[in-house]
This record gives sequence, structure tokens and C-alpha cells, in this order.
Amino acid sequence: MEKLTLSDLKITESALIESLEGEGEMTHRLKELGLVQGTKVTVKRFAPFGDPMEIHVRGYNLSLRKEDAAMISVRKV
Amino acid sequence: MKTVAFLGNPNVGKTTLFNRFTGLRHTTGNYPGVTVEKVTGSAKLSSGEAIQILDLPGSYSLEPKSPDETVVRDVLGGVQKGTRKPDLAVVILDANNFERNLYLALQVIDTGIPVLAVLNMWDAVEESGKKINLERLQNLLGVSCVKTVAHRKQGILELKAEVEKMLAGTHDGSENFHFASLTIEDRYKKIEAIAAEVIQYPKNEVTTVSDHIDSFLTHPFWGWVVFISLMALIFQSIFTWAAPFMDLISAGVENVGRFCAAVLPDGQLESLVVDGIVAGVGNVIVFLPQIFLLFFFIALFEDFGYMARAAFVLDRVMKKVGLNGKAFLPLLSSFACAIPGIMATRTISDRKDRLATILVAPLMSCSARLPVYALMIGAFIPARQVLGFLSLKAVTLLAMYFLSIFAGLGMATLFRKTLLKGKVTPFLLELPPYRIPRLRTVFMMMWMRGREFLINAGSIIFVISIVLWFLVSYPKNDHLNLKYQNFRNEATVTLKEESLAKRLDQIDKLQSGDQLRSSYAGKLGLFIEPVIKPLGFDWKIGIGLISSFAAREVLVSTLAIIYNVGEGANETSVDLIGSLRAERDPVTGKQIYTPLVAISLMVFFVLACQCMATVAIVKRETNSWRWPIFMFTYMTVLAWVGSFVVYQGGKLWGFS
Repeated sequence: MEKLTLSDLKITESALIESLEGEGEMTHRLKELGLVQGTKVTVKRFAPFGDPMEIHVRGYNLSLRKEDAAMISVRKV
Repeated sequence: MKTVAFLGNPNVGKTTLFNRFTGLRHTTGNYPGVTVEKVTGSAKLSSGEAIQILDLPGSYSLEPKSPDETVVRDVLGGVQKGTRKPDLAVVILDANNFERNLYLALQVIDTGIPVLAVLNMWDAVEESGKKINLERLQNLLGVSCVKTVAHRKQGILELKAEVEKMLAGTHDGSENFHFASLTIEDRYKKIEAIAAEVIQYPKNEVTTVSDHIDSFLTHPFWGWVVFISLMALIFQSIFTWAAPFMDLISAGVENVGRFCAAVLPDGQLESLVVDGIVAGVGNVIVFLPQIFLLFFFIALFEDFGYMARAAFVLDRVMKKVGLNGKAFLPLLSSFACAIPGIMATRTISDRKDRLATILVAPLMSCSARLPVYALMIGAFIPARQVLGFLSLKAVTLLAMYFLSIFAGLGMATLFRKTLLKGKVTPFLLELPPYRIPRLRTVFMMMWMRGREFLINAGSIIFVISIVLWFLVSYPKNDHLNLKYQNFRNEATVTLKEESLAKRLDQIDKLQSGDQLRSSYAGKLGLFIEPVIKPLGFDWKIGIGLISSFAAREVLVSTLAIIYNVGEGANETSVDLIGSLRAERDPVTGKQIYTPLVAISLMVFFVLACQCMATVAIVKRETNSWRWPIFMFTYMTVLAWVGSFVVYQGGKLWGFS
């Protein structure tokens, strides 16, 4: 089964984070911002042209590029 | 003196709280060796003891990902050069954004420094219907907690009292946390546990006003409409609202000059003060209204929360030239004046990204270039129609702006591929809730930035003004002075009243012209003439290029002096335009100024760094002379090439 990532979600869809790819700075920072395994995220909107995207997580809004969101595997809820 | 550090996530109201706490008693500078801003303030305890407060840059974690965050970590660790290790760390949390804010708070508690936790924006908590049990939180964290609403001045006194208590007491530290060995996942598990105990959520979730506003402002169509309208508004206001103030300052500078001339004895000192210092500094000061107005708008949009949205909307476009979405505001501001634009690049945390933005900011056609365009277009571009309804003059002006944007984006791409090579920086941006801008905060920001500019760029501008004054005023030519004194004597004898006044005025202008042309600047103009001839310029234009380094619009007054029209003339002066048109090459008899030369000169001004204030501010923002010198050099080369291509290309095509 194809893995579902954060970048695949559409507006208003929510999901739980399963895992984050990579060990680099970006991944580290995403985790520090609260995007860890089990965290619930909701897609709020996309910028014109479809990128970056804005998600709601732990009570705040975060925008990130789709290419980075693609590193986050999720499970829909 | 005891030191207290204020720290916290960005957007928690830390600076507002800092301002409330310290009043207007603060200074800004730089942490040594880095381009991170150091903001220090002071406050008095009830005992009368003075304490120092540091407003540390906003950070998400003590494991740094940017120069700002590195400084925070180092200050807390007591290893930041020139800064005492804080005796108390006041960690400010957005009470409404609990979990993520707590991450940093727990890291700070772990360092062993005494910690006081402040839950700011408490009003938003109450409005959301949530309830937070402060006492329970204190027990769980092991540190004192205070609630505040900084922008309404609530909780400040309690905070001050608590700070005083903690500074006086002995610290046994919190026994509750030893974080460093845990994984981030485990830290958040602990945080979730704390939140569960302490926060009570309302029965129904509320859709925030922020959300509604956001749907509109980031809408694919309306978002752009709003954005473009806002930008148009800013520019319109810069040009209209600033104008009366600029006139006031201009008049003020003139009055100061007149006063000095009256007070000082005639001679070299008077000339130095009036023509060198007052005039030179005055040329820059006259742009202060625009600069302050831009700072105002920047602070206003930041406080409102629009800045983050604009970066969000523009990131994709900026990414294509290797820049960050946050570069858009600095670059946009630079269309009015590059000074605030360059100072606004502080929000870009990646060093190379920031440098690339700073280096191309002056290419955005600023308002000081307008008098140059106005003069050249007014005098030399024919009043023809293009395509039946567009005026050729307007098209030329627009072309200059397009060239400016094209050059800027092009150079940015080039820099990011070569000199400042690097991957496009990650884009991770919090979009804080919108809030009604607090005018007090906005004005304070505006004032601080404006003051910074004056102080930092001031000394460099002062020095360069004197140098330029020297170049155009010396060597003094006794032979010349005698000649003109004879003319004056002759006139006083032969003419009366009105015709005498006119003749004396004319003699003054002729003498100024002669003096300038035989000065060091004149000699320099002759010296560089071979280099600028291929661009269509002669040595007199060369003098203009040299003197306009003070400020671009100085070109107009310099040309006025060179052509004996008198420095009072501006770009609409009929006399000046007439003189330019009449100017002939002494050898060939051909016109010096043709439409092609005019365009070549405008292109030069689009691309060249004719602004000592910009050089000064870049030196300050990059903490070295290397980058301003590089910037000036590359832009001069670019300008030369641009003019060359335009002039020679134009000639090849049959224009003259």
C-alpha cells in the first residue's frame, strides 16, 4: 500500500503523524515544533500556485513547503 | 548589575512585555562578531537597585538552527562574548499556544538558571473559553508562573514583584526536569501530560476571527488583490504623505545653512560647514520622512500578522530566484528606499540568503532616482505616442523599473548560484493569529529603527560628505576668483538695482561653474572621461557621477552648477533643460546630450550604487567593509556594462 504523506492531504483533512523521514536539520526542527509520532495535524490551506501549505498542529498554524511535507508519513483520521 | 534575560518563542509578545517592563530605557547594538541584534534595557527595583534586562531574539529551541538561536543558547550558557550570564531567565509563553512554547521553557529550566515563567496573551485564553490552572502548573514545573496581558499593561506589576523576589532569593532550582537525555518524542509526551493536567478545554470549539481573515487574505484571487492594493497604498502614501515633510526638512536644512553662513566668518570653515556638512548630511536627511514611513508600515504589518502571510503567498515565486519568501518585503521597500529594506533583512535567518537580498536591494529603483529620470526624460525623450495611446515618456520610465527588477532578480539568481551558493533555505514559518496592531509598539519600532539608521549611517555619511565637498571645492583658484571679482566690480559700476542683481546672480553662477569644473572633482571627471566615453558620457557628466555618490538626486544640482544654471535648479528647471540641450562637444560640435545618452545615463543610475547612505548601512548590517565594497564595485561594473550595451548598441542600430 502506498504510503500517505502530509503533502497528499487536502484542505480540512486531518491525520496522525506516523513517522518523519530523514535525520537532517529540517526533520529535527519539525519534531521540536511538535510534529512527532502520534501528533494530530489538520490541513488549513495552500498558497496560490499550491505551495507552500498551512497546517494546524498543537494549537498553532505552521506553513511548510510540500516537498518537506512529503517527508512526513501520516494516517488519516 | 544583575542581568535578567527575556526569552521565548517568536510572536509571544516578548518585545511588548520588554517595552512595558523597561519603559523607553533601552539601547540596541550587535552581539560582537555576529549580525544578531542585541537589545538591552534597564529597570529599577523597588529597592532602588538597577537591573539590566536583555531582550533575547525569539527562538524555538536551545538547539540552534540560526544565528539568533545560537546567541540565545550562548547567552544562557554564559559563553556569549560581552554579555554576562543572566541571573534570571524570564521565559515568556503564549498561553494560547501552550505545548510548543513549553518545549523551550523546559529546555531553559534544564539549564539550571533560575526561571520565571510568564503566560502572556492571557486575554486570548479567556476569550477562547479555555481555563488554565496556574497553581498546578507552578507545582508541575517547579517554577513561579505569572500571567500577563502585555499589550493591555496587565500583570506587569506582579511580574516586576516576582522578578525582584527571585533576584533576591536563593535559587535551589527546579528538581523536576532533566530533559537533555530524552528524545524529542518523550519530551512532548511529558508536555502533553502537563497540558492535560493544567488545561480545561471549552465544550465547543470556536472558529477564530483569524481564520476568517486568513481565508480572505490568502485566497488565490483576493489574496493577490489585497496584496497589490496594499503595496500600491504604501507607495502612494510614501510619495504623497512624505512629500510635505520632506519639503519641511529641505527648508529646515536651508535655514540651518543660512544661519551658519551668517554666523561663521566668510571663508573655508564656513564653506566646509555650509556646503560640505550641512548640504551633504541634508541630502540624506531629506529622505527621513520616507524612511520613517516605511519603518512604520513594516512594523504595522508585522504586528498585525500580515508579514507572515505575505511571505507564505510569495515563497514560491521567491524560491525561483533562490531567495526566501521573507525577502519580498526588504526588496519591495527598496523601491522607496533601500535603507529600511536592507535593515528589514534581519528577519532572514540564513546568512547567505540575507546577504543575497542585501546585495540586490539597491538595484530596486528607489525614489532618489526619480529626479534623474524626470530630468532626462523631460529633456530628451520626445513627447510621442507609442501604440497609439501610451506616452513614450511613460514607457521609458516603466522600462527603467522593469530593468531594475530584472537586474535584481537576475543578480540574486547569479549570486545564489556562485558566490553565495547554497540550497534554497528551508521554509518553515509560523502563521500567528491576526491581532489589532498596537500603535504604541508600532511607533516605538519605527522610532528605534529610524534612530538606528541615523546613528549608524550618520558618521559615515558625515565623513563622505566632507570628502566630496573637498573634491568639488578645491583647489581654490586665485586667478579665477580675481577674474570674477573684476566682473563684479565692473557690474557694480555700470549697472543699477534690478539689472545689477541679475548680473551679480549670473556672475555667481558662472563662477560656481568654473570653480567646479577646475576642481579636483573636475580633474577626476577628466581622468575618468576615457572610461565613460564609450557610454556616451563626457567629463562633465563624470563630475556628476562622482558627486552623486552622496545621493542620487545630487546629480541634478551638480549638473546645474556645471552648466552655470546655479544649484537651486531642480529637474523641472527650464534653464537647466535648455543648457543640457544646448551643450556641444568642443571638438566635434555635436550634441552631448541626445535621447540615447539620456537613456544610457538613466540605465547607469538604475544599476549603479550612487548612495553613500546605502554603503554605510550595509557596512553596519554585515559588520564589515568587505560586503559594501563588493556591492559598490559589482554595481558600478554592472552599470558600466549596462550603459555600454545601451549606448553602443543604440549607435549600431542607427540612433545617435
